[in-house]
Amino acid sequence: MKDKIIKITSRYQNDRHRLMDILIDIHDLQGYVSDTDIEVLAQQLGMSEVEINETVTFYHFFSKKPRGKYNIFLNNSITAFMRGREKVKKTLEEECGTKIGSVSPDGLFGLYSTSCMGMNDQGPSAIINDKVFTNLTPYRVRKLIADLKSGKTLDEAIYESTGDGNNSDPDVRSMVFNNIRKRMILLERNYKKFEVIRNLLIKHSPDEIVGIVEESNLRGRGGAGFPTGLKWRFGRRVEADHRVIICNADEGEPGTFKDRVLLTEFPDLVFEGMVIAAYATSADIGLVYLRYEYRYLYKYLNRILDEMRKQNLLGENIAGVKHFNFDIRIQLGAGAYVCGEESALIESLEGKRGEPRDKPPFPVQNGYLGYPTIVNNVETLAAAVRIVKNGADWFKGFGTTDSLGTKLLSVSGDCKFPGIYEVEWGTSIREVMEMSGADDVQAIQVGGPSGVMISVKDIDSLGTTDLMKWYKPSGMMVAQKTFDRRLSYSDLPTGGSIMIFNSQRDLLNEVVMNFMDFFIEESCGSCSTCRNLPFLMKKKLEKIVSGHGVRKDIDDLLNWGRIIKVSRCGLGQTAANPVVSSILNFRYLYEQHVKAMADFDNVFDMEKSVEAANNFVGRKTILHHV
Amino acid sequence: MEKKIIATTSLAGCFGCHMSFLDIDERILDLIELVEFNKSPIDDIKNFTKQVDIGLIEGGCCNSENIELLKLFRENCNILVSFGECAIMGGLPALRNGIPIEECLQEAYIDGPTVGENKQKILPNNEELPMLLDKVYPCHEIVKIDYFLPGCPPRAELIWNALVALVTGKEMELPYEVVKFD
Repeated sequence: MKDKIIKITSRYQNDRHRLMDILIDIHDLQGYVSDTDIEVLAQQLGMSEVEINETVTFYHFFSKKPRGKYNIFLNNSITAFMRGREKVKKTLEEECGTKIGSVSPDGLFGLYSTSCMGMNDQGPSAIINDKVFTNLTPYRVRKLIADLKSGKTLDEAIYESTGDGNNSDPDVRSMVFNNIRKRMILLERNYKKFEVIRNLLIKHSPDEIVGIVEESNLRGRGGAGFPTGLKWRFGRRVEADHRVIICNADEGEPGTFKDRVLLTEFPDLVFEGMVIAAYATSADIGLVYLRYEYRYLYKYLNRILDEMRKQNLLGENIAGVKHFNFDIRIQLGAGAYVCGEESALIESLEGKRGEPRDKPPFPVQNGYLGYPTIVNNVETLAAAVRIVKNGADWFKGFGTTDSLGTKLLSVSGDCKFPGIYEVEWGTSIREVMEMSGADDVQAIQVGGPSGVMISVKDIDSLGTTDLMKWYKPSGMMVAQKTFDRRLSYSDLPTGGSIMIFNSQRDLLNEVVMNFMDFFIEESCGSCSTCRNLPFLMKKKLEKIVSGHGVRKDIDDLLNWGRIIKVSRCGLGQTAANPVVSSILNFRYLYEQHVKAMADFDNVFDMEKSVEAANNFVGRKTILHHV
Repeated sequence: MEKKIIATTSLAGCFGCHMSFLDIDERILDLIELVEFNKSPIDDIKNFTKQVDIGLIEGGCCNSENIELLKLFRENCNILVSFGECAIMGGLPALRNGIPIEECLQEAYIDGPTVGENKQKILPNNEELPMLLDKVYPCHEIVKIDYFLPGCPPRAELIWNALVALVTGKEMELPYEVVKFD
């Protein structure tokens, strides 16, 4: 193994910043990385073993223990549970002969859970050795496992036809479906590939390109909504030898899958957006951070990049523009939600744990390897191409005054037609429900677990105004019919995740608990608030639903929701949102569980809690005035 | 205006929050115009001598003495504040919560590399000692806590703002720079 590892590291010039690639290659070879491997790596890369261990232990898809020949990562999104995940899990465990979290005795199957993998419209789904299997049912699982046991390959096991569109491309061959339900300006089919690079860049100065994007008021589509033009301008401003454009394809917010569809159907559009961004900001390094869950697109995306190189759309003096040199490399992640946060993403790109950086400095000042770095979402880059081609005024014809253009929504949950909907900003919740065929709606989660859970009942008063002020930008102060609330940066901002729950769903036990599990699992652990509070909040929630709660417990949850805002990054700051927004909008669900008259209730029993220690040291329990 | 009365204590904490309290520097002179201290390490009063308005609790509960002291504070304080990471969430001491208490004791007193001489394998069991709890509890799991002040330790600025707000009844200002984790 040592020689093989040396061969791998030399493939990456023994560059410690390529540790992610190196570890992925080692996993491809033997399924895990051992302590001896880490010793070798440390020598080769000039790092300490601890540093390598830090990275290895951070990511879901890395392992220090041997795994199976087939490693099955079953998705645990809330929508997967709603579509029968429990039965699928049971069948998997029976057929594979092992429990989730372990490897079968014959070493054939490893079973694991994994957070949302961008397949919410076709769950429950699983990743088996980098291939995605969707719409799982007990029947399909039995057949699949029997096939694998009988020696069929995974490719042969994708026995049904492949998905629609480019999912059937020979380099993709996946059973994933795009489920595009509504197309507007971004997803329109008449895209002439690379027209902007070929014809328009040479006619405009970089400053003019930034100007067009600024004028269009395009805002980041990942969820935070930072003005894209401004980000580009900031990135230009800093003097540097190199500048970096990063495409953030770490789509990890549970419930979103639009980037997966864009990368499947419009990879050229996204890459063209990166080239335009590079031209506008004089960047020479391009990186796509592709979440590991989308690895099945890796070969296909690289083929597109190769085609672009052949046509001089990447490389040197691109499209005849003198001194415009830029190339793109795709970097795979290894399973970590927090890596969607731009500074954590950069850390990961440098081969480290995906822990967000303390800011300032911001990535536009000091990012990848210390260079000014612009991180844009997949959808943002795609939109930039349309804007440069058609002009800012054209773009302003769509959307509302504060939110221009269109937005891709990833709709899933209790509706007839889950999938991708491109809608204008300003579309109301009612319209989304109508489009997707959601008749029976109790609640809608807008923006994923870190977003807000809204009720479709009319809301007259929502808690105290003090709290409402704090929980901006949900904009819920205005009493209005929730149906008519509109998707926009001022009312309901969103990265596009829309999950619908019908009246049969137990919002607290099913939904909020699932979301809290997600945050507990995905915290990077850097800030104690985000590491601990979601755990404590879940315990408190359990206390409430088990009938031990008092009103004060609800208030505590809201107060802790404020405390968690001290965390360093967006993940931590929003980790309490499932609880907080469900209290604000569904307080009656909490109230019906708590004891109205009691002032305080704890389940603490001193006698019981000192018993273990006293027995061990050999002393009697003597309680004084407790 | 009548002076509000304050009491403070450190349970399973490191006194770092109290040190941070002292970082309000010369403003402690302003504070003393507004409040009077009762039971607290700051003036070294050992026992409550009257009912107190505001009690600040640093640290969570790791042993029986912590529990008793915390309950005593609850009885004697009108408002009780969990003050700092350990009081709110258990903090560093709570790192032992994932490990059975027997293993912790075994490691701390018998097997650990820094134990030194303990040939008779003595474990602390004198009745004078507080009894260890099975895990470290945040304060709100033992008594009702009215407010939570985050930080490890909470910044002096935050403590100052909070105390002034509590004493004067004005709304508290919590800019992100003051509450930010690091």
